[in-house]
Amino acid sequence: MSLTSNVMLQASRIGGMITKRGGATGLMVHRDTKENNLNVKFKFTPENEDRIKAIVDIYPEGHKAGALIPLLDLAQRQHGWLPISAMHEVARILEVPRMRAYEVATFYTMFNRQPVGKYFLQVCATTPCMLRGAETITETIEKKLGIHAGETTKDGLFTLAEVECLGACVNAPMIQINDDYFEDLTPKVFFLFELCFFISIIQDVHEILDDLKAGRKPAAGPRSGRLAAEPFGELTSLKETPPGPGFGLQASLK
Amino acid sequence: MHRVGGQLVRGVKAQQKRSLSAALPPKKVEVFIDGKSLLVDPGMTILQACALVGVDIPRFCYHDRLSIAGNCRMCLVEVEKSVKPVASCAMPVMNGMKVKTNSDFVRKAREGVMEFMLNNHPLDCPICDQGGECDLQDQAVAFGSDRGRLQSRYDGKRALEDKNIGPLVKTVMTRCIQCTRCVRFANEVAAFPDFGTTGRGQDLQIGTYVEKFFASELSGNIIDICPVGALTSKQYAFTARPWETRKTESVDVMDGTGSNIVLSHRTGELLRVIPKINDDINEEWIGDQSRFAVDGLKVQRLLTPMIRGPDGQLKPASWEEALFTVAAKLRETPAEQKAAVAGGLNDVESLVALKDLFNRFNSENVMTEEEFPETSGGSDLRSNYVFNDGIASVESADAILLVGTNPRFEAPTLNARIRKSFLYSDVQIGVIGAETELTYEYDYLGASAKAIDDILAGKGDFAKTLNSANTPLIIVGAQALKGEAGAALLGKLQQLADKLGNGKQVKVLNVLQRWAGQAGAQDVGYKAGTSSIRKTPIKFLYLLGADEGKVTKANLDPSAFVVYQGHHGDAGAEMADVILPGSAYTEKEGTYVNTEGRSQRAYPAVSPPGDARVDWKIIRAVSEVAGKALPYNDLKEIRQRLNEIAPHLLRYRDLEPSPFVKQALQLAQTSGSIDVDVSPALRELSDYYQTNVISRNSRSMAQAKKAAIENKSNPYAEEPIHARL
Repeated sequence: MSLTSNVMLQASRIGGMITKRGGATGLMVHRDTKENNLNVKFKFTPENEDRIKAIVDIYPEGHKAGALIPLLDLAQRQHGWLPISAMHEVARILEVPRMRAYEVATFYTMFNRQPVGKYFLQVCATTPCMLRGAETITETIEKKLGIHAGETTKDGLFTLAEVECLGACVNAPMIQINDDYFEDLTPKVFFLFELCFFISIIQDVHEILDDLKAGRKPAAGPRSGRLAAEPFGELTSLKETPPGPGFGLQASLK
Repeated sequence: MHRVGGQLVRGVKAQQKRSLSAALPPKKVEVFIDGKSLLVDPGMTILQACALVGVDIPRFCYHDRLSIAGNCRMCLVEVEKSVKPVASCAMPVMNGMKVKTNSDFVRKAREGVMEFMLNNHPLDCPICDQGGECDLQDQAVAFGSDRGRLQSRYDGKRALEDKNIGPLVKTVMTRCIQCTRCVRFANEVAAFPDFGTTGRGQDLQIGTYVEKFFASELSGNIIDICPVGALTSKQYAFTARPWETRKTESVDVMDGTGSNIVLSHRTGELLRVIPKINDDINEEWIGDQSRFAVDGLKVQRLLTPMIRGPDGQLKPASWEEALFTVAAKLRETPAEQKAAVAGGLNDVESLVALKDLFNRFNSENVMTEEEFPETSGGSDLRSNYVFNDGIASVESADAILLVGTNPRFEAPTLNARIRKSFLYSDVQIGVIGAETELTYEYDYLGASAKAIDDILAGKGDFAKTLNSANTPLIIVGAQALKGEAGAALLGKLQQLADKLGNGKQVKVLNVLQRWAGQAGAQDVGYKAGTSSIRKTPIKFLYLLGADEGKVTKANLDPSAFVVYQGHHGDAGAEMADVILPGSAYTEKEGTYVNTEGRSQRAYPAVSPPGDARVDWKIIRAVSEVAGKALPYNDLKEIRQRLNEIAPHLLRYRDLEPSPFVKQALQLAQTSGSIDVDVSPALRELSDYYQTNVISRNSRSMAQAKKAAIENKSNPYAEEPIHARL
């Protein structure tokens, strides 16, 4: 198949390159788009240049390639997402073939190779969160922002993605917005007598999104009043004094 | 993600380390393969140890000449005391290890791996070009099931878009099993780091991320190493099944190294060329020209004898007419006005026959198109014009000086060896000539050969490197050795080689010939270079495959009669008065001497097209018609004649050492200026594809050349970075 026909086939998909599930992975090949092409200028800021020096200095002589992930991350933080010219710049700095930068950037789902909004909302949709109402969170966000998973709002403020486990199952359900986790977003269930219908809404999500829209910074972490992942109320286990060394050892070995 | 390197199996480094510590041979370890005791070197993998006792472990990702990846898991074996099956390709042997390669446990493990592999592999074997020579197909017969438990009801098999990596290699990425052999080949051997893997897990795919041409002169080899039908030959697409074809093992003529090849043919039609393993010459690779230029053998061929009529047009004629015309002219022209010029693709048999024919008519005026100095013993001393130390010697060299050559395009497989040496040892490489993109780092010493004076005087860093090297090599391109400056250069290099090689195992000076027939022609006494034609007016010129345009009508007497014998209608046929259609290297049995001076035999795969005939027989026929029949009637008898001239020509495959290096030095002409630019003619990839009459007529090579030129304006193309591992 020729290149042109490939592009034609893909053209309809390019708009929605952020897949519904799987974060911001998208296509595993590069195609020039309006936002992402060689003409996108990318240059590290002087502050980031200093950071690069500090990062690269960690690695021994001849192993600069090890700094690929931190540098790509730095580029993404500076630019908001990771255009191909940023990958080229990182490869140039680290003196590795550009393909090595492409490989790393496509391997890790945290690198966004397509533009994302100012706030990148990642809803964890894996089993524990799902059981605790992750689908309701997605629905709530979709309704509130008028976008579907994989899309960006018109004002470029929010991008929504459904992702796999973010490792905060004790505080399920949760969403990640840029670097921050917002946890324990328990839905509240109301029974509408008139319609004989249960609805659940997640007040926390509304608050968080409103804060972000208004330019405020919502407090990250659990929304249930917990400090972290400790039990609600008092301890339910591990209450007794810990047994000392040698506990449970067979008699002959004591 | 791909990392170049890792563990190299047949690495030069390991061998070198071993040779350095030769006093203490490594202690062997004992392993048991299926109950059989075996003593092997430590550091060997289980898979290699199994190979020693003839146990063939199935594998996809493991390849002898690439680094170990260990990602296909097909080579699982059972090791006693190990709970889990072990990937034998990546597991080093340990003393007392008991390996079972054929137990139920192993079988079950491999069946599981195969089930996963087939889960995403299309069942398109009937339309797949790899069918019949597919590792996955073969191993599925042994370990595959007729159904898989993982067949998903809703999302089917993974499918990928095909990649466009140029006009030579066809990709069907859905068939890919992600063994990464091609990625490792591209990065390690071909020095094309743009090939890699993108994505992860189910989404992992092989490619360049940004669409680009596989810009390498060795790109065709990824077709051979691909264990499935993901990478196949565009030229050979949908042509034949391997069981329908016949295979003829032969020798390649596209460069001076004489790579070993297998010609695949069916019903008298040549279908493709694949490499044949020869560790002394081409290892397992061949250049793209050797592989793909064969489609040039089907176009622009000379099919029938032709005679130029009074109107100046070439008209088809019968062999009888053509032979009588040539013989009459041959007889009536005085000896000193006759000359014969041989091109670079000739077998030794036809060269000997032509020389014998001219000798019968008292002429010694036979020469090759390629030039070579007559000083320093010239062609008389063989050490002057061959690759004395052998191609394999670049692997043990610790300093290499390249003079006026670009081995990447003049001998791609040799260059792959230099790169191997560069990657896995501390070899230092210096280049005099053009500053081109080779596949390794080098010290550039300038375009002028006068840099050799500095090295002789011990000036500069590289001179010190060369002087302190244990096994220094000088590789000089035959192209640089022409004219007076070439003669002086040869003399200077002989002096330098003597200085560097004093008391060492190597002869140091190595000439890299560009043409497959050149070393053979010089071996049997052809003068190198056509300068003598310009001295006396030539009235009878016999061109034997001479198509490089070194001799034109303007160099001859105005009434000169030109005979062209060869296989393509190119520069030579254009100026001919009579054309005798000869045969190409795939159509005749012949002897070729490679640049090392190694004599090899080529075999015919197909018969010459039309009325074309085997070359030495044509010359034999001319001699008979001219009244001085040459005394050989069949191949055996002409080989006997070869034996009389130079017995090494019949000692096939052996590398004949060339003595008299010292004598050459005594004859060396070292006066004269060597301040000349010795930049080789082939400098970039687009120069590589069409260098001889066959590849100039090849459609694939023209397309590849076009792609290489276009690739230069691809904004995503980048300068490669070479780093040692």
